[in-house]
Amino acid sequence: MSTPANKSVRELFETMEYGPAPESDENANAWLDSHERHFGAFIGNVWKAPAGLETITVVNPARGAALAQVVDSNTELVNDAVKAARKAFESWSLASGHTRARYLYAIARGIQKHGRLFSVLESMDNGKPIRESRDIDIPLVARHFYYHAGWAQLMATEMAGYQPVGVVGQVIPWNFPLLMLAWKIGPALAMGNTVVLKPAPYTPLTALLFAEIVADAGLPPGVVNIVPGGDEAGAAIVAHPDIDKIAFTGSTNVGRILRKVTAGTGKKLSLELGGKSPYIVFDDADQDGAVEGLVDAIWFNQGQVCCAGSRLLVQENIAERFLEKLRVRMGKLRTGDSLDKSIDLGAVIDPVQYETIDRWVKIGVNEGASIFQPDIPMPQSGCFYPPTLLTNVSPASTVVQEEIFGPVLVAMTFRTPDEAIQLANNTRYGLAASIWSENINLALEVAHKVKAGSVWVNSTNLFDAASGFGGYRESGYGREGGKEGLFEYVRPNWQKRPQPEIEPNTLDVKVWSAATPALPNPVASSASKNGTPTIDRTAKLFIGGKQKRPDGNYNRPVLNPKGQIVGEVGDGNRKDIRDAVEAAHAARGWADRTPHNRAQILYYIAENLAIREEEFAQRLRSMTGCSAKAAQNEVSLSIERLFTYAAWADKFGGTVQETTLAGLVVATHDYLGVIGIACPDDAPLLAFVSLVAPAIARGNTVIAIPSEAYPLAATDFYQILETSDLPGGVVNIVTGKRDHLTKTLVEHEDVDAMWYFGSAEGSYFVEQLSVSNLKRTWVNYGMARNWEDEHQGASHEFLHHAIQVKNTWVPTGF
Amino acid sequence: MATTEISHAINRNPIMPLDLDIVLDTHVNPSATNRRAATLTTRRSVKKNWQAAWLLKAITCIDLTTLAGDDTPSNVKRLAAKARQPVRQDVLEALGVADLGITVGAVCVYHERIQDALEALEGTSIPVAAVSTGFPAGLNPFKLRIEEIHASVEAGAKEIDIVITREHVLRGNWQALYDEVCEMREACGEAHMKTILATGELGPLWNVAMASKVCMMAGADFIKTSTGKESVNATLEVSLIMARAIREHYERTGYKVGFKPAGGIRKAKEALAWLTLMKEELGDDWLTPQLFRFGASSLLGDIERQLSHHITGHYAAKHHMPMG
Repeated sequence: MSTPANKSVRELFETMEYGPAPESDENANAWLDSHERHFGAFIGNVWKAPAGLETITVVNPARGAALAQVVDSNTELVNDAVKAARKAFESWSLASGHTRARYLYAIARGIQKHGRLFSVLESMDNGKPIRESRDIDIPLVARHFYYHAGWAQLMATEMAGYQPVGVVGQVIPWNFPLLMLAWKIGPALAMGNTVVLKPAPYTPLTALLFAEIVADAGLPPGVVNIVPGGDEAGAAIVAHPDIDKIAFTGSTNVGRILRKVTAGTGKKLSLELGGKSPYIVFDDADQDGAVEGLVDAIWFNQGQVCCAGSRLLVQENIAERFLEKLRVRMGKLRTGDSLDKSIDLGAVIDPVQYETIDRWVKIGVNEGASIFQPDIPMPQSGCFYPPTLLTNVSPASTVVQEEIFGPVLVAMTFRTPDEAIQLANNTRYGLAASIWSENINLALEVAHKVKAGSVWVNSTNLFDAASGFGGYRESGYGREGGKEGLFEYVRPNWQKRPQPEIEPNTLDVKVWSAATPALPNPVASSASKNGTPTIDRTAKLFIGGKQKRPDGNYNRPVLNPKGQIVGEVGDGNRKDIRDAVEAAHAARGWADRTPHNRAQILYYIAENLAIREEEFAQRLRSMTGCSAKAAQNEVSLSIERLFTYAAWADKFGGTVQETTLAGLVVATHDYLGVIGIACPDDAPLLAFVSLVAPAIARGNTVIAIPSEAYPLAATDFYQILETSDLPGGVVNIVTGKRDHLTKTLVEHEDVDAMWYFGSAEGSYFVEQLSVSNLKRTWVNYGMARNWEDEHQGASHEFLHHAIQVKNTWVPTGF
Repeated sequence: MATTEISHAINRNPIMPLDLDIVLDTHVNPSATNRRAATLTTRRSVKKNWQAAWLLKAITCIDLTTLAGDDTPSNVKRLAAKARQPVRQDVLEALGVADLGITVGAVCVYHERIQDALEALEGTSIPVAAVSTGFPAGLNPFKLRIEEIHASVEAGAKEIDIVITREHVLRGNWQALYDEVCEMREACGEAHMKTILATGELGPLWNVAMASKVCMMAGADFIKTSTGKESVNATLEVSLIMARAIREHYERTGYKVGFKPAGGIRKAKEALAWLTLMKEELGDDWLTPQLFRFGASSLLGDIERQLSHHITGHYAAKHHMPMG
């Protein structure tokens, strides 16, 4: 601070200025000293720092001073950690929920007891204001462990039917070092997993202090392993074959890499990535409240927040006044040392980040943005970026599209609520949104329509363990917190960890996705009855509610197990997929139908299928050669499935979350949008129905690729759809070579999810190719499931894959 | 900036036409208000010499008050004596401010005690403030309320703390509220008028915002939260809303209206919170007795003990401080 520490009372009585208000770093330094400022990896409850390993110098970004040396874990250390975690998993996963709850409770208590030390250490390491670490980060950490102690206690009943995943590899960022650790470790441990966690190289210190809490709490060795390090450690975790799940928070670019690297391995993956979250201010908003909200939205943690409200959208008729209020408010912000209790902004994490922020701002200005930075005192040394406002920008501006990850706000105007929603959703991200209006109708409708995992009405950057956090679109997938977050750390009891035997190096996407048009077989193509030729019935594609000839005008014969042709279907190509996706988007009004209406249509489909039960059974027999009884069973189970999802159409809407907010937090089970579904060959009707029905029950529209070998049950099915009041485009059916069509679908950037039930290779490619828009994937890694079984063929698993959770926060009061 | 300079800079807020468009264009989100109020004090911390200076400033902004049914000349005179010498001389000397002539902002009493206060304050520039207009409920015959103001001004009160008719706010009768306050302002003449909203009886926060606007249009020199007699008195939330209304009024008209939180403010730490609020929301001009007052009786004692602590490094006993 520039203020001399010895100003007289007399002088200050006149100036009434703020002075330094430092939080003591004495205890944090004593703790660092007690470790001689050298730290190893925490594996099996002991510190390991093999001689000869490189170390990382951890720096206080506000003061530029080195704090400690921390081991840069190598692959060998990671392997040790995974070994320890695997061994611990044997007993930890079998421990009672109550036992695990006691340990988590002990951790929560430990965090609270050392709350101030954690806060000070966090602020020294990260540069964030002590107010934030003290009042927000660390209390949330404790809350997270308390909350998940509860889920450990309740797992047996509330998560019945699910088992732990195994050993979890977790890689976390530097912006909320301990909070991200809590978000990762809390649910993992509660659900019976063991973890290997890598803190960010910039900010490992609180994770290392946490390791001591873990040891103090008496956790069995190996349940929690902390391996500080950089790229090598991260890569070793992600690639380790004995890790069953990867949980990552960080940049969208790294998220893409992780999706590619883990593709096809059967590892579960959850990603919390970047954002460019809209902050929408309507003309009936509390403008002073909204300005304060912006301080919390974009200047919280120097804007280094994935869900930062970085894109201001303000209604045109109040924009001038609102921006003036904002500029005045910016002039009151105080920037300084992270341990000063009288500041709003601390230091950014590192000179590298400073340069990145500055580069984006310069690009913005070069593209024509007007820049405002208030005339406020800035520290002379350390890594501080001033609060910045960019106006005169539009969606075409780079700074409006790209995540800056710094204290930089871009501001635009809108005219109507519709336009606000369009602008809000004009982004590849979808992490969060803030909506300011005193009109409850307007605010909640916008909350409903904005594509974001967390929506804050008349508030911003609110978090709680009971409310899942996570993104739509390229902000990632999976949720952290809430019951919804638990599903990232479990798998159904019947399912084993898939261990597909593929050699990615030997796989060729061109071979996998090659189009191999089948030639018509002259031998058996025109069956006749009593000498009269049957009328040719070549099933067409079903796109936009209409039967369509395939674009390429080729057809594929459908053979029974004896090799006889039982029919022909269209041989779809990429243009058919394109058209089907267009049709599925045109039908998105489906989600606005009432749940009751969607249920009615599903019942109607079931009713119409029941009328033609015999015919479908006959079709299955002639195609697959199955017994009459099996065919009959498959059709009646299909009818039952339709009833199941008709039932679920209005019973899976979401829950009220019990957070610390005075108000209402609602977790809505939102649709995903457009889902591509590649169906398996087994149970060609039942699998098709079991996949399509939950998708449309929850408001999605679908492009289904039926069984490649036995597509006729699905093509017959479109006649049922046509007579069941299903709007055109809700279900589109494109027959043809499954993997050829799958490739186009999974690469399509306007498809939100891809479900694939085919080969191990195909699963690998689907996961790998999904990165273009980070679409959600659900693949079977080539493993069959018993579609007749109620757990395997119809369970919550299907519903969870058909939705994404949106948490809407509505504070209340007067 | 010296306090004397500011007093010259302030032009008295005049009566201006009631603009209902502005009154009704009020959007207050209570949850957001609460959040700001809760974090105002966690975002700012004033320590050491800064804290001592701020606490001294707080003293100069106190309307040292006694408003009890059993007030007599003797306890009012004792209070006035404390108003002249709010901090023990040795403490002031140790702080290096003995020559600044630090006194409280005013002494605030019922009409019947004005004369006692004036006598006790003779030779100082400390004004006497009188609560008026049927304080605290404000439901006496209107004519008598106006007469009460005249009487207090005649008796020598330089500041009149009036109460508004809560009914007008609760029924949205802004014209009636405006008319009433305008008439009271005229009755005050040269005396400054502090308009008590009794926010604890006004319902939702937006009512407070609208009432603040109307009272300022009606010529209030200060707007004041409470009589101290309501079950809920000064809160940071209500103060935030009123401070923002003052800011908006200033931006629109160029006139600075003062603010007075009253009731329940007893601790030095609370005083710092309110000063922070004023500095953050309104700026340094509002950190003077010309534009900011605390309505308080026991606050001074706590501040005095904190100042003693500042110079001695140990906690002071109440009975070591001369009582008011």
